[in-house]
Amino acid sequence: MAEPHSQTEKVIISEKLTKRFGDFTATDEISFEVYKGEIFGFLGANGAGKTTAMRMLCGLSAPTSGKASIAGYDVYTQTEDIKRNIGYMSQKFSLYENLTVLENIEFFGGIYGLSDQQIETKTNELLDRLGMKSESKKLVASLPLGWKQKLSFSVAVLHEPKIVFLDEPTGGVDPVTRRQFWNLIYEAADRGITVFVTTHYMDEAEYCNRISIMVDGRIEVLDSPFNLKSRFGVQSMDEVFYQLARSAKRGD
Amino acid sequence: MKFFISWPEVPRGEINIMKQFIAFVTKEFYHVLRDKRTLLILFGMPIAQILVFGFALTNEVKDSEILIVDYAKDNASQEITTKIGASRYFKIRKAALTHNEILSTFQKGKIKAVVVFPVNFNDELLHNNKAQIQVITDASDINTANMITNYLSAIVQDYQNQINVNLELPYQITAETRMLYNPQLKGAHGFVPGVMALVLMLVSVMMTAISIVREKETGTMEILLVSPFKPVLVIFAKALPYLFLSLINVSAILFLSVFALELPVKGSLLLLFAESTLFIITCLALGIFISIKTDSQQIAMLISLMGMLLPTMMFSGFLFPIENMPYPLQIISNIVPSKWFYMIVKSIMIKGLGIQSLWKETAILLGMTLFLLTISLKSFKIRLQ
Repeated sequence: MAEPHSQTEKVIISEKLTKRFGDFTATDEISFEVYKGEIFGFLGANGAGKTTAMRMLCGLSAPTSGKASIAGYDVYTQTEDIKRNIGYMSQKFSLYENLTVLENIEFFGGIYGLSDQQIETKTNELLDRLGMKSESKKLVASLPLGWKQKLSFSVAVLHEPKIVFLDEPTGGVDPVTRRQFWNLIYEAADRGITVFVTTHYMDEAEYCNRISIMVDGRIEVLDSPFNLKSRFGVQSMDEVFYQLARSAKRGD
Repeated sequence: MKFFISWPEVPRGEINIMKQFIAFVTKEFYHVLRDKRTLLILFGMPIAQILVFGFALTNEVKDSEILIVDYAKDNASQEITTKIGASRYFKIRKAALTHNEILSTFQKGKIKAVVVFPVNFNDELLHNNKAQIQVITDASDINTANMITNYLSAIVQDYQNQINVNLELPYQITAETRMLYNPQLKGAHGFVPGVMALVLMLVSVMMTAISIVREKETGTMEILLVSPFKPVLVIFAKALPYLFLSLINVSAILFLSVFALELPVKGSLLLLFAESTLFIITCLALGIFISIKTDSQQIAMLISLMGMLLPTMMFSGFLFPIENMPYPLQIISNIVPSKWFYMIVKSIMIKGLGIQSLWKETAILLGMTLFLLTISLKSFKIRLQ
């Protein structure tokens, strides 16, 4: 990519992106843009259509209509290129429990096409950063959940993707670990990795540069947390979210 | 606290598919080798099965009670009786019984076989150069019945050789054998091929299905699908280790059958392995198909057991002779791949037949494999949409 590292470089462009399952419109003409190095919060109540939208953006499911490009690649035709340029971590835990930390890193490095040399360098850096050198030969199953999540994130950005998609990454994690987890996210963003994150924790929403809130398949609002709070005249993101979600017709 | 570390740029050239594949297969082997239950099923079961079947077979025959009904009471009959008595396999009881009485002694269950010398046995032998004895066995236990018949025939043969030494026109004693309850004697000696079909079904179908469904359950399948690793390769990389492990299983079963049970492979070993590989691929395709259609390990396991293992036991001819089944069931048995594999292995191992006599069965199995592979891969693609 020859484009300059500027604040205005768009890595995700979505135009009227729509997904229908029969009569049901899961995502209804959503349009938004995400910039390079941005932490973009993708919020919405359960059933609002977040997951469907995210799956389309990851190239996992083809949109019914609309346009979208991820890291400059088209979601209809260039899914293979998209997959190589994104990282993904889901709400379910994303590593193999009965493999060791090292084996997990080697495996994911391997399927993302990293060379042995690269895997080795990456592994050392990663273990240093997480302070997990002495745990590298332990089975992932034996690690505490917080460590697993941090490791999981580090593995998701192992291949230096342009964008990393995080689907409720901190579910079930204590506040301290969540704070540490967000430090990792900030570091990744500083390196120019765009972070696209869904969450149900409104304190986490405050950490994002910009957030969108989906209601019934549509993006109702999209702005920085500060602007949103002042627009709704409230003190916290919690209240913003509540006011919007209250109008939702779809439930779980 | 902030870290300042240089992050090397990852080149975005073509990804080496072979390297990806190796990374994946390595991971699969870790999974298998770490899971004690898997290992137990994988290697414990075939050994246990062979030993159970094998020793049930050899222990039974020793000191079997044989009832001799001697209507002839001449030299020849006496001598054969003595020979039978001298064998370590048999214990002799004598009685003069009518045909109906013979049948009722069987029902009491102590007698394994009855040898009947007809009246004029020696005379027939001397004047017609031909005589008959009747051997009646309890073939509800086919293996034992078969063994006993073989031993008895060998003893009679031995006597025959002894009296034939100086004669130009040899005497012939034919043992007319009647296998009660199971005249076709299907399944005898067939337990090694049967165990092979069973074990391969279990390992290849169930293990593959479970290992793919497990990734769906834990959510790692999603991670694999967003990765640049091609979905079809996921399937192949999942199946490959089980192909390898199944072949080890085949070798272990053959090794045990040759060295522990002294049941040699009469035909070509290479052909046997080639046919086994074909059947393993059939099973893998089935396993993949199940894994695509189900989302939980328990269901995958149930389907594999009920849908695959049971038909293998029922319809392969391993436990129940197909010829004795009602006609509709005989027809159904044709769609069970294990039936064809069982026939092939039995022909190679026991009859020593080559590919020229087995091409038909092989073609059927090959057709089934191709069909299953096609629908598995097709439904996998549909699933991805």
